Amino acid sequence: MGDTLVEVKNLKQYFPVRSGFKTIPLKAVDDVSFTVGRGETLGLVGESGCGKTTVGRTILRLYEPTAGEVRFDGELVTDKNITAMRKEMQMVFQDPYSSLDPRMTVEDIIGEPLDVHHLCSNRKERREKILELMSYVGLNAEHARRYAHEFSGGQRQRIGIARALAVDPKFIVCDEPVSALDVSIQAQVINMFEDLQEKLGVAYLFIAHDLLVVHHISKRIAVMYLGKIVEIADSDELNEHPVHPYTESLLSAVPIPDPDVTRARKRILLEGDVPSPLKMPTGCAFRTRCRFATEQCAKECPALTDRGGEHFVACWNK
Amino acid sequence: MSEKLLSVQDLHTSFFTDAGEVQAVNGVNFDLDRGEILGIVGESGSGKSVTAYSIMQILADTGRIVGGKILYKGEDLSKWSEKQMQGFRGKCCSIIFQDPMTSLNPVFTIGSQITEAITLHTEKHGREAEARAAELLTLVGINEPEKRLKQYPFELSGGMRQRVMIAMALACEPDILIADEPTTALDVTIQAQILELMQDLQKKLGMAVILVTHDLGVIADMCDNIVVMYGSRICERGTAHEIFYNPRHEYTRGLLRSIPNVNNMKKKLIPISGSPINMLNMPKGCAFCARCDNAMKICLTEIPEELWINDSHKAACWLNVRDAFEGKEV
Ligand SMILES: Nc1ncnc2c1ncn2[C@@H]1O[C@H](COP(=O)(O)OP(=O)(O)OP(=O)(O)O)[C@@H](O)[C@H]1O
Ligand SMILES: Nc1ncnc2c1ncn2[C@@H]1O[C@H](COP(=O)(O)OP(=O)(O)OP(=O)(O)O)[C@@H](O)[C@H]1O
Ligand code: SF4
Ligand SMILES: [Mg+2]
Ligand SMILES: [Mg+2]
Repeated sequence: MGDTLVEVKNLKQYFPVRSGFKTIPLKAVDDVSFTVGRGETLGLVGESGCGKTTVGRTILRLYEPTAGEVRFDGELVTDKNITAMRKEMQMVFQDPYSSLDPRMTVEDIIGEPLDVHHLCSNRKERREKILELMSYVGLNAEHARRYAHEFSGGQRQRIGIARALAVDPKFIVCDEPVSALDVSIQAQVINMFEDLQEKLGVAYLFIAHDLLVVHHISKRIAVMYLGKIVEIADSDELNEHPVHPYTESLLSAVPIPDPDVTRARKRILLEGDVPSPLKMPTGCAFRTRCRFATEQCAKECPALTDRGGEHFVACWNK
Repeated sequence: MSEKLLSVQDLHTSFFTDAGEVQAVNGVNFDLDRGEILGIVGESGSGKSVTAYSIMQILADTGRIVGGKILYKGEDLSKWSEKQMQGFRGKCCSIIFQDPMTSLNPVFTIGSQITEAITLHTEKHGREAEARAAELLTLVGINEPEKRLKQYPFELSGGMRQRVMIAMALACEPDILIADEPTTALDVTIQAQILELMQDLQKKLGMAVILVTHDLGVIADMCDNIVVMYGSRICERGTAHEIFYNPRHEYTRGLLRSIPNVNNMKKKLIPISGSPINMLNMPKGCAFCARCDNAMKICLTEIPEELWINDSHKAACWLNVRDAFEGKEV
């Protein structure tokens, strides 16, 4: 990989949870490694509860990792001052309704990080910067003095993104940034992410459950299952040639908005539900639902290996 | 003409709020045949759920059907007593919702809730009802039904709860199943299981399904016929094929252009501009006018009528009329 911006290595995030009289670790993220290139989008997908948000939050040090390391521009994030780090890495959240203070004006919301990081030397400069950020995300100057609660979901999401962009970050974790928006508004926001990347060269870790959205926006995609990455590849490659049995069934289950295409496909249905992360199966975590599982799968957890052309898969039998 | 299973005729439903009257459904018409899967898709707030609740007569206190008729096998439901309507709900028509947690009672076991639905609507009681409950759980693909019947809703996963809801809805083998965003809260792989289950049951039991969803993928996958709603009206309707491959309302066209699909992965999406309409301040003409790139003068002032595009397709868009007049290919 030529120009790596974020490097995540053997990252673990265990949450202590009480079970009876004991405290046992919930392995939300269990030995995850990947990289995000400068100006690149890495999509992160997987079932609810598989650890996507936790990966994002741990990278940004909203949680201290249980083990493993995260490097940003070659430097360990744990060596960096947290304020300095926030200037490089930001996060955009799913819910545009709860993540903004409704009593603040748009100007105050976007201006706050500018003040925290002392990025403007006077009021005029601050005002100009705010208007510039607003124009990036398609908001008008007259919106500046209005309150967050006066805006629609799509507009609020734009405000959240303008705020994240205020510090000129090189990397943004986008956690389900379009899921709460009406379908007719999603495209506006997806385009805005893509345009900003072209213009500013910012890299994204893009978490979403809509696989078509993730495919559209991402250069590469990582698939998670129960705290582990089971496959990473180029977006098109992953969609055309999924290798891991979980990825295969996940992709086959996505309804395509094209009747002929979607009805011609065969869904590969998975039996049962995802096991509890507190009762993780031994070996490959997917084996309880896998139609290719063998004895070996129960004994040992398969490692991610390159199957050619940077297509990584963690499976014994595929 | 054969008698329709369900016929919704010029339905008007409003909510009377402090801020004024919200005309949530404004002149909606459609028919449902036996065994048909009808999809209702559209903008958030366009009146999809309210249409469904109007059929069931389960509107909030402030809501009222203010016009039109709903005929079930030719009979006008507005003439039915509340007692008859209770029979209608469950025996003739059942509904499942997006979030099964809100419709399952957390303090009762799954078993007691399903058996209650069974005793309420059928002749079966006691042991017999319990046996039927276990049978229904098996039907919706739940293993070890006897064990599950003793469990509480919180002990089940989201997908399992939705299966329980479907089992309850099917307790009396209704002619119509209304599913309001039945898989929106579920993961894709679980969604696939539920959709497969619904298709399966629909074939096996021959019931008609009204599937309300904003997910065009689910619609494309499941539905024979599709109704598209915008601003409390139907703006377009037709077979799945017509709606996806020959959309004739500018909102439908815009919607299909704006979503990622197999053939536009490498292209920029084309968004619908503007933001959703304010229901308290409905535009005078076509509700979509303010967001439509091809709007004409007439669109501002006159509500377009639904016109036939061909014998399996109707749309309410002034552009179609213009196209016809100008002799363009229709
Ligand atoms: N602060 C916490 N304390 C304890 N457990 C947690 C905490 N945060 C997350 N978890 C658990 O860790 C696992 C992973 O959660 P996470 O929120 O990362 O999943 P996710 O992939 O983002 O899911 P979703 O798609 O639902 O957002 C889950 O089992 C969750 O219950
Ligand atoms: N109890 C209520 N009181 C007042 N207005 C209501 C009420 N319920 C619904 N409405 C309004 O009626 C309109 C139609 O709502 P409905 O729930 O049918 O939308 P929908 O098409 O199902 O949208 P979604 O996709 O978001 O579920 C909306 O403008 C909504 O605000
Ligand atoms: S390692 Fe075994 S159980 Fe896991 S996905 Fe591969 S075949 Fe299935
Ligand atoms: Mg999450
Ligand atoms: Mg609804």
